[in-house]
Amino acid sequence: MVNIIIWTVAVVTVLGLVLALVLYLVAQKFKVEEDPRIDEVEKVMPGANCGGCGFAGCRAFAEAAVKAPNLDNNFCPVGGNETMAKVAAILGYEVTAKAPMVAVVRCNGTCEARPKVNEYDGYPSCYVKSLLYTGDTGCQFGCLGCGDCVNACQFGALSMDPVTGLPVVDESKCTACGSCVKACPKHIIELRPQGPRGMRMFVSCVNKDKGPVAKKACANACIGCGICAKTCKHEAITVEGNVAYIDPAKCKLCRECEAMCPTGAIHGVGFPKPLDKEAVKARIKERQQKEKEAANV
Amino acid sequence: MSKATFSMGGVHPHDNKISRECAIEQLPLAPTVYISVAQHIGAPSVPCVAVGDKVKVGQVIAEPGGFVGAFIHSSVSGTVKSIAPRADLAGRASTHIEIAVEGDEWAEGIDTTDTLITAIPDDPKAIVEKIKQGGVVGLGGATFPTHVKLSPPPGSKCERVIINGCECEPYLTSDFRTLLEKGEQVVVGAALLQKAMGDVPCTIAIEENKPEAIAHINEVIARLGYKNMEVMVMKMMYPQGGEKQLIDAVMHRQVGSGALPISVGAVVQNVATALAVYDAVQKNKPIVDNSVTVTGQCFPRQANLLVRVGTPLSYIIDYLGGVPANAAKIISGGPMMGRAVANLDAATVKGTGALLFLTEEQTRRAPETNCIRCGKCADACPMGLEPFLLNKLSKNADWDACEANAAQDCIECGCCLYSCPAHIPLLDNIRVGKGFVLGAIRARAAAAKAAAEAAKK
Amino acid sequence: MNKLLVSPSPHIHSKDSTKSLMLDVVIALLPAVICTFIFYGWREMVVMGVSVASCVLLEWAITKYMLKKPSTIGDLSAVITGILLALNLPYTTPWWVVVIGSVVAIGVAKMSFGGLGQNIWNPALVGRVFLLVSFPTYMTTWSAPQGLFGLDAVSGATPLGAVQEGLLQGSTIQEIMSAGDYSYSKMLFANLGGSSGEFCVLALLAGFVYLCIRKVIKPWITLSIFGTVALTSLIFWGIDPSRFTDPLFNLLSGGLVLGACFMATDYVTSPMSVKGGIIFGVGIGFLTMMIRYFGSYPEGMSFAILIMNSVVPLLNMWFKQKKFGRK
Repeated sequence: MVNIIIWTVAVVTVLGLVLALVLYLVAQKFKVEEDPRIDEVEKVMPGANCGGCGFAGCRAFAEAAVKAPNLDNNFCPVGGNETMAKVAAILGYEVTAKAPMVAVVRCNGTCEARPKVNEYDGYPSCYVKSLLYTGDTGCQFGCLGCGDCVNACQFGALSMDPVTGLPVVDESKCTACGSCVKACPKHIIELRPQGPRGMRMFVSCVNKDKGPVAKKACANACIGCGICAKTCKHEAITVEGNVAYIDPAKCKLCRECEAMCPTGAIHGVGFPKPLDKEAVKARIKERQQKEKEAANV
Repeated sequence: MSKATFSMGGVHPHDNKISRECAIEQLPLAPTVYISVAQHIGAPSVPCVAVGDKVKVGQVIAEPGGFVGAFIHSSVSGTVKSIAPRADLAGRASTHIEIAVEGDEWAEGIDTTDTLITAIPDDPKAIVEKIKQGGVVGLGGATFPTHVKLSPPPGSKCERVIINGCECEPYLTSDFRTLLEKGEQVVVGAALLQKAMGDVPCTIAIEENKPEAIAHINEVIARLGYKNMEVMVMKMMYPQGGEKQLIDAVMHRQVGSGALPISVGAVVQNVATALAVYDAVQKNKPIVDNSVTVTGQCFPRQANLLVRVGTPLSYIIDYLGGVPANAAKIISGGPMMGRAVANLDAATVKGTGALLFLTEEQTRRAPETNCIRCGKCADACPMGLEPFLLNKLSKNADWDACEANAAQDCIECGCCLYSCPAHIPLLDNIRVGKGFVLGAIRARAAAAKAAAEAAKK
Repeated sequence: MNKLLVSPSPHIHSKDSTKSLMLDVVIALLPAVICTFIFYGWREMVVMGVSVASCVLLEWAITKYMLKKPSTIGDLSAVITGILLALNLPYTTPWWVVVIGSVVAIGVAKMSFGGLGQNIWNPALVGRVFLLVSFPTYMTTWSAPQGLFGLDAVSGATPLGAVQEGLLQGSTIQEIMSAGDYSYSKMLFANLGGSSGEFCVLALLAGFVYLCIRKVIKPWITLSIFGTVALTSLIFWGIDPSRFTDPLFNLLSGGLVLGACFMATDYVTSPMSVKGGIIFGVGIGFLTMMIRYFGSYPEGMSFAILIMNSVVPLLNMWFKQKKFGRK
């Protein structure tokens, strides 16, 4: 009996030692020299592996960040400035804080404003649909409504609104990784700065058709009339290819363009109070009157 | 007699040739036509007329925009009203030349009589040049410029011209009517193609469901005394008229992945193209019209119409009595590969072969259910692919695996989706994968070319 | 005018649907089902009824309450599982054992993998094998069939069971055969003890021919099973006829026909290509014969099919059909 126990212990011990030796030797032989900082950087990454930085995943980002001479071209949109500060600390680089971004859907062609003119009966994917034709409404630029962006979002920040038929961004969940931007075949979604206290202005339309055509297809379309550009005091708005664009860097959030837009294509988000259109219009009129007088004098 | 067919896959949809007894009739001229400058594969043509110009039928109004390009001729006589973007049947805008019709005056030098001219020019190059001047493109659906197809790259030699009269798509009958009514012209057109390719043998392939056409063409060949030309009876099977499948059936040679038919010595032209070649070479008449089958069980007035290029679809439909109330889908082309019409104001192009009306019951897709791994899609695939696998890889955006499993070989014939008992939209997804793989292959080729050029320097 | 439909091509579809294919299989199984009713009487009807009803109910309940998805019982695959399970059980099986078999077949082998098309193993066979190892008494006690119309029937062990028993006791095949009176004609017409679907061979073959004519299945898998079983047993029987049973006996006994025609050809759990299918069939045939001759269970069809089911993904990967214009 004792013999058996002794033998068992001995055999197991020897076996363990031999195997440990083998493991050690193999590990030595196949050891890969790697910068230890890669592991450290990877540890502070969010670990979403979303590809929003342009690399295959967090590990790939870490490798690239360690190799790069600075952090100018490497930015993790999900972790944001906080993560980048940690990465910079590990690598001894300087990092400039970037304004936090958010995905913005630039189409407000709701079911009501943009009636369907035919019915799509294929695989429910915007990409498949866009390969086939311009969509089931009269607008050839607008949202196709099959939710490729929703499927692309790993953070559950996008959902389709069944009433409007358009995607809605949940700002609290959006990490600005840009997956939806890539997924949208119509290039409707844009990453824009969140703005001070979440306040921002944008043109919610990308229709490049001429005014009457766009208007016929969708009541809410930007018709490229340029009233907004004329109204804007800060030269933040440009009209190119029959569609207006607000430069977030120049916009001062005065909401005058929103008040003046004849189709309601310009949206202001995150403002504490709803826009009093008439008051703003009166203010603009007054200002323009004064300017005219000044010019006459 | 044994009937030739391709070596793998294929399906047997009901052929539904309900308009086969309708003789080709001339559609009255529309008040306005809209001629697209991008109605062939390759670079869009460049308009060479200006707004306000008077044009005649057969006059060149746009010139090729590149080597793979085609002349476009006015299909009517009248005044150019505008040159502006206009939506095609899918709603996509492309440049169209709008011409208000005034009378029907043909350009000079065009022989509009019915006299059959059998004398064939001696110079192959002259034939190809005339085909180019006539704006002839492949009318079987792909609209590839014919003169490019007839100019094989150095090192490859054509061994056989195949005239594709299979018309394997259900419902379509315009090629059948053309064979019956203009058999002589088609045969002479085939002879012209033979000459252009260097006196090679020619096969006219016709599916077994068109016995009248087979008999007629045999009789015409015998009457005109062509020795080097034969009719081959094909088994009724879709996609018998697919270019690669037809070459396989006729010559027992398989065109490799990404290769052109000429790589196995074949040149395939559609029946309508052969007729267009005859018109262009013998009559100086460019493509200004083509025959269009208008059909469908729910459509009361079946017809095979000779339609001028650029006629709005709505004009054709109104002429025949309007869209029936129970029509749910209008298809430009056949039910297997045709394109659904989203915009009835779109104008016909050279390649428009049919307008098909299907009811909700005939065409509405059933809801997708689980794949039961029956393998019917793989059995049906005429390219020997595995659609169920490509569908999955495509949905996962695994383009490398798509390429490894030959998504790029897909000919989009629709057999997989047609046969899937679980109604999985296989082809919808495979098309996406194919697009990405072809894009990657092109990018690699471009990179390799750039690298080679850089190495030279 | 209604809004026009727009979809990618093709715009028409064949008449096949999952339901129509499954209905064809049910129709093909009907002759065998009727045969079992005639030979085994009302108790077989109870087993069949309980099996089909519990399979369908279970699938409905799982989709509705656990998966919260639209019900899939309309595709009739649960009906087939139920029929096959019943054909794989002796008619004397108590109803609650049948229900347990259904729970394993539908609940474990099918729905837990994600429902039709996702399962690795044939659900009915998993149910049967589960019962075979859990309730061997019920599964191997064969009592005399009481024919619906009072037809004569023989009680006792299945032929394969008797052979194994006899061999263990040292008898030769010839002695066992003459003792048990296992004539081929009896095997063809289903009046021997055993699983109810084991011996209505002609009815099963009629169903198989129907499926092949309707192009629901391709015959390669079934034929390669028959071929391999015949060949393997021919070799062994040729070596020693006193220890090994003859080919015809092996073809007709132990649910081989049922398995080869209806279980091995299940779409979901068989390879897609012809080449893969033939190898699959050869594997089943060979494994069946090995288990029968050398294993501890008298019959090996169920095990052989389940084992080969497991390698189907590999067969699908290795044996692809040739692609057009490629080597």
